[in-house]
Amino acid sequence: MSSLAVQKASSATGTQGTARRRPPLRGRIALVPTIALLLGAVYCLLPVAWVVIASTKSGSELFSTFTFLPGSGFTDNVHDLNAYRDGIYWRWMANSGLYAVLGALLSTAVSAFSGYALATYRFRGRESLFNVLLAGVLMPPIILAIPQYLLMAKADLTDSYWAVLLPQILSPYGVYLARIYAAAAVPSDVVEAGRMDGASEWRIFTRVALPMMVPGMVTVFLFQFVAIWNNFLLPYIMLSDDEKFPITLGLFTLLEQGANTPALYTLVITGAFLAVIPLVALFLVIQRFWSLDLLSGAVKS
Amino acid sequence: MTTAHRRRSYGVKGAPYAFLLPATLLFALFFALPIGYALWLSFRKVHVSGLGLGSGARREVWAGLGNYTAAFTDSELLDGALRVLGYGCIVVPVMLGLALLLALMLDADKVRLAPFTRLAIFLPYAIPGVVAALLWGFLYLPDVSPFYFVLEKLGLPQPDLLDGGPLYLALSNIAVWGGTGFNMIVIYTSLQAIPAEVYEAAKLDGATPTQIALRIKIPMVAPSLVLTFFFSIIATLQVFNEPTTLKPLTNSVSTTWSPLMKVYRDAFGTGDLYQAAAEAVIIAFATLVLSFGFLRAANRRNKQDASHEGAR
Repeated sequence: MSSLAVQKASSATGTQGTARRRPPLRGRIALVPTIALLLGAVYCLLPVAWVVIASTKSGSELFSTFTFLPGSGFTDNVHDLNAYRDGIYWRWMANSGLYAVLGALLSTAVSAFSGYALATYRFRGRESLFNVLLAGVLMPPIILAIPQYLLMAKADLTDSYWAVLLPQILSPYGVYLARIYAAAAVPSDVVEAGRMDGASEWRIFTRVALPMMVPGMVTVFLFQFVAIWNNFLLPYIMLSDDEKFPITLGLFTLLEQGANTPALYTLVITGAFLAVIPLVALFLVIQRFWSLDLLSGAVKS
Repeated sequence: MTTAHRRRSYGVKGAPYAFLLPATLLFALFFALPIGYALWLSFRKVHVSGLGLGSGARREVWAGLGNYTAAFTDSELLDGALRVLGYGCIVVPVMLGLALLLALMLDADKVRLAPFTRLAIFLPYAIPGVVAALLWGFLYLPDVSPFYFVLEKLGLPQPDLLDGGPLYLALSNIAVWGGTGFNMIVIYTSLQAIPAEVYEAAKLDGATPTQIALRIKIPMVAPSLVLTFFFSIIATLQVFNEPTTLKPLTNSVSTTWSPLMKVYRDAFGTGDLYQAAAEAVIIAFATLVLSFGFLRAANRRNKQDASHEGAR
């Protein structure tokens, strides 16, 4: 583990070294920065470590044994969670997966269309359309969610999957990222060459531009996936049938009931632990594909 | 030949609009229409005639600015705004200060375990606010918290973290925990973009790493600091998930703790949609004024600094 980390570290400094050749300073390890970073890592991992250990404790162990001492009740806890309301917990997880995967896919498609159009075409109203779309980032979700709820009610769509899915497809931030990425990754002479060959605009987009935009679109997908998976306010407002709840809302209602019955604490804790796993796993697997420099708008072409 | 050419150029002209059609439609339906509807509702109220029984006894009528004057004189909303202001004064400086410090540490020479710590500090970004509040909420509970266990063993006083002043710290800590990593990555990325030559002269002059950080690195990443500040202000003013999640664990978080919670309560708890709409419009407006006011102030300062540099 440590040798792997060191290897990674040296390869990271190796790539940096080509960009910045720094004269050697004294000492082999910069002690203060390394300790500060380790403290930061401990602070960030502490609650996660706690929930991993707490989920192994039975109800009585939770209140009697030292917090960071593993218990013996993990399988019982998972069993209880499975039994709770006929396994509705897994339904919440599946719902979250559905909202996040489908929503992020659609969102990425819409962002790719828009970003490509804004980056490669010159047309009337381009900048004003872009600015209007971007203004959506600044709108507090509540000013959108309440009228969205009322409008959905008029269309008879509240308390349905659509009510949570549809409002989250357009992501102003996704359009912004897609535009930046398309402008950097799709050379205009390639598009022009496609036109010379008589290809339709749609064909140029799908066959030529889209493959070039893939790394940026992965980033947009992940952002939107995390945003939808973590969303609480919109489903909280739109849904009342707990069969359609995402995991955030499900855990919240479980906690609300559990506050009066400490017996439910172990369910909430085990549920929180299992809910953290998919996203953390997703993170660890794909972080290398994630071009985070897009965040600050810095794209090297 | 000419028709083919004309068709093609028509296709090129229409293409960007076709590509932008889905985004425009979604924007109209799920952004513009709801905002317009909220504005409309904020100027309306229900007029009840007689006992309010029978059809037509409850009619929607114009309220003028009535909902707005009611909102501005509502002490619950004002108290909530003050609470969030206090909360924001803790969260934003601490979170961004930590993010900047850790980003500088990541960027320092000869740091060990940088990839591991970077990933660990970024990890909370993947954890939903509700789950984060839930985890910390349990860590704040005396019965299960390791902090209380340690304090008890040491015979030290055990403060109630979910009440009074410490509640602000408890809530702020959740936001700092969740947001530091993301902001650290944003700042770190722009640190990485600084060309090496910039440091060379300073190093030849014998500048220490601290001096380089303060005099060169921080000024050069100022734009990304402004950006993170801007988004942090917006996020802080809209705090909702964390206090709502802590509510079942303590009586100190009221249903109107933050302005957004008050809007939710008015809309779905007491059912006064019109009042809630006016409050939502005020919060949106305040958010825009504060965040853009900050952006303008930051830009003006940058320009002044630039002209000072020029004068020298």
